[in-house]
Amino acid sequence: MTDPVVEETVKGHKRLERNITLLAIGTFVTVAIGGLVQITPLFYLENTIEEVEGVRPYSPLEQAGRDIYIREGCYVCHSQMVRPFRDEVERYGPYSLAAESMYDHPFQWGSKRTGPDLARVGGRYSDEWHVQHLEDPQSVVPESVMPQYGFLKETELDIGDPAATLTALRRVGVPYSDEDIEKAEADMLAQANPELDPGDLAERYPKTQIRDFDGNPAKLTEMDALIAYLQMLGTLVDFESAAPYEELAEEKGR
Amino acid sequence: MQAETALGRVGLWFLVMLVAMAAALGAADSGFAAHAWIIAALGFVMIWMSASRFDPMGKAQGFFKMPDGPSRYDDDPIRWGVIATMFWGLAGLLAGVFIAAQLAFPQLNIEPWFNFGRVRPLHTSAVIFAFGGNALLATSFYVVQRTCRTQLAFPTLARFVFWGYQLFIVLAATGYLLGITQSKEYAEPEWYVDLWLTIVWVAYFIVFVGTLAKRKEPHIYVANWFYLAFIVTVAMLHIVNNLAMPVSLLGAKSYSAFAGVQDALTQWWYGHNAVGFFLTAGFLAMMYYFVPKQAERPVYSYRLSIIHFWSLIFLYIWAGPHHLHYTALPDWAQTLGMVFSIMLWMPSWGGMINGLMTLNGAWDKVRTDPIIRMMVMALAFYGMSTFEGPMLSIKSVNSLSHYTDWTIGHVHSGALGWNGLITFACVYFLVPRLWKRERMYSLRMINWHFWLATIGIVFYAASMWVAGIMQGLMWREYGPDGYLVWSFADSVSAMFPMYVIRAVGGLLYLSGAIIMSYNIWMTLAGKQREEAPLKDAAYDPEKDRPIVTQPSAVPAE
Amino acid sequence: MSFYETLRHFADSYALVGMLILFVVLCAWPFRPGAKQRNHEAATLIFEGQDDGE
Repeated sequence: MTDPVVEETVKGHKRLERNITLLAIGTFVTVAIGGLVQITPLFYLENTIEEVEGVRPYSPLEQAGRDIYIREGCYVCHSQMVRPFRDEVERYGPYSLAAESMYDHPFQWGSKRTGPDLARVGGRYSDEWHVQHLEDPQSVVPESVMPQYGFLKETELDIGDPAATLTALRRVGVPYSDEDIEKAEADMLAQANPELDPGDLAERYPKTQIRDFDGNPAKLTEMDALIAYLQMLGTLVDFESAAPYEELAEEKGR
Repeated sequence: MQAETALGRVGLWFLVMLVAMAAALGAADSGFAAHAWIIAALGFVMIWMSASRFDPMGKAQGFFKMPDGPSRYDDDPIRWGVIATMFWGLAGLLAGVFIAAQLAFPQLNIEPWFNFGRVRPLHTSAVIFAFGGNALLATSFYVVQRTCRTQLAFPTLARFVFWGYQLFIVLAATGYLLGITQSKEYAEPEWYVDLWLTIVWVAYFIVFVGTLAKRKEPHIYVANWFYLAFIVTVAMLHIVNNLAMPVSLLGAKSYSAFAGVQDALTQWWYGHNAVGFFLTAGFLAMMYYFVPKQAERPVYSYRLSIIHFWSLIFLYIWAGPHHLHYTALPDWAQTLGMVFSIMLWMPSWGGMINGLMTLNGAWDKVRTDPIIRMMVMALAFYGMSTFEGPMLSIKSVNSLSHYTDWTIGHVHSGALGWNGLITFACVYFLVPRLWKRERMYSLRMINWHFWLATIGIVFYAASMWVAGIMQGLMWREYGPDGYLVWSFADSVSAMFPMYVIRAVGGLLYLSGAIIMSYNIWMTLAGKQREEAPLKDAAYDPEKDRPIVTQPSAVPAE
Repeated sequence: MSFYETLRHFADSYALVGMLILFVVLCAWPFRPGAKQRNHEAATLIFEGQDDGE
């Protein structure tokens, strides 16, 4: 054996094992590689998200409903992601496209189906059904193990500052126009109240459903917002025309 | 405490209280206000304590029990950590039994605060971050001092880490019940709680690395590598996944910086590696120290542990996309995730073998030492769940298992079997040493705990396997007429017996933990239960001799 | 050949062999004879000083 100092500096792992800085840096580099290789390409590969006709940002009321959906932890039991299998497509509708969740901050794909998938629940049931189901799920579906959400109908929607909500979303990349932000509060109120003048709401948010959702036009409740969100889920893309899947078929590397 | 210091502290906490109260009054939503009030209350308690601590003699010996000199290990934060581990463990397991019962009997939902959707994140965070996190904090501070033969660096900061982490837990838990969540599984706390955790975590890193830096041993023992990887990687995951834009600086709500596919992959890159680095790397560190210590033999192969370490941390980070099979995530990413998940089987089993083989030549201890038995069972469950995981990540298997309770069963065989049992074993190891007791109050109670826990896991995992496979098959079953046979509601009602069995399993596991708490309580009280020792058939050397014919000369009296 | 195909070809041949060699070397590294004594020391260091700070 030669000079112990020299020996120590040349032996690779020995140094690493005795040098805390090297160990920390080595560890960090090792764990960073996987994420960099997997996640970064998703942001610049064109075929990650093929834009699809019809997908638009949420209207202020739909976004408020989505916030309630998140607050109540609906994602814990309901997915929003139809996989491309025959049984799922038959049960839930056309399989989900990446573009359909491109304005979802955060995504709501879910990880568990204690209840059914909700990606295409919009328009499947009437507003009255939703109200009754949320108030007392077992009265509509006796086998259901879903909790009751009657308080949503009693709780007035805390409008807060819809313009601030849209601004925050615009900062993370949702293309709301200045006009959208300016009219956010008016849009929200008008969508659930047919008495009010919706203005150009339907032009700025195509396929918006404008009506009273919870059966009580006098009050804007959390129930209104949540049902407005549920009733629009999966309705934006027109799957009757073959266009969305043809675009998908041309993609490479999927 | 000196007068100026005391005054300074009171002033500081008063300022904290004022700022928190101002935030509460100006809050944009009631949830944020509630959290601000919690902070304000904390500030008030601290003013009270700082003022009542005004005692020149009690300097450095105050409430935070600063170490008196360099000749002792700084064990107070570890003692608190052990107690916190047990407290949050009971809370988390109780929440788990509650939500398991809710799935069988939905009438148990109490809207709005105790509905399943709000309590479930409470359960997952309580067991992972509160129970597991405190176990990791306590054991890492214990192990790093012993293996470096030096006192904890920055004792003040170490105390901040402990109490700061408890504050994080309280804010997270109350937030879920109030409906404050960003809906990213296992990363539900909102932006301001995330920022707080980041500060605490950086302090944790500084204390840990600082202690390593002033070590008196030339080597950095392998357990410390795993702890270090856990701390560094969790910091990276936490910061990236929680990037978000708050709606208002005085409101709880924020929106994720990422959307859709990117958000999904970032979340599961985080989510899977919360398992990989929080629940695996950190707990492997515990395994590499406490199993050899309890078995009184060095680890089976130190060389294998080097390979184990680097391959585990390199491979784990790639496995996230297996949570997104057949979704709108690009295929190449799914395939990459699957391949790395399968490769991950090898380092996982390398680690398990290394742990189990440490007992080579001491296998008899499995019979006589209930702590060793618990460690062996923990490693066995680690092996089982790290075999099951790669299997479930195969796309064709995943097409059946995904979205079903099979995943839940898999997670719990890992969480209850591996994380739970190894933590319990380490706590049983630590308690007598930390409180200077000869042994635990009762070894036989450890034995009871072992069996209750093991049987509980078997009930849990078996029922969830059946439930998951049944769900998966019912959802995809076609009749001869070419129509789907079952409605979704049919599959829900078929779950009922499985959900009941699962709740019973959870209850057994919880009862084991309650026995453990009692055992620890009595040990701390300085008592020892009088009981027959845990060993095999009785042996009395006095009786172990041939019969000698009685001398007939002895007269009958 | 497109740029993608060139890269792909490289990744499937030389890069793959290179990574395999790297993998084998890294796995063999801890087993080199010189490390035996050191590994033994590191593995047994946890048994020195049982006083737990007393």
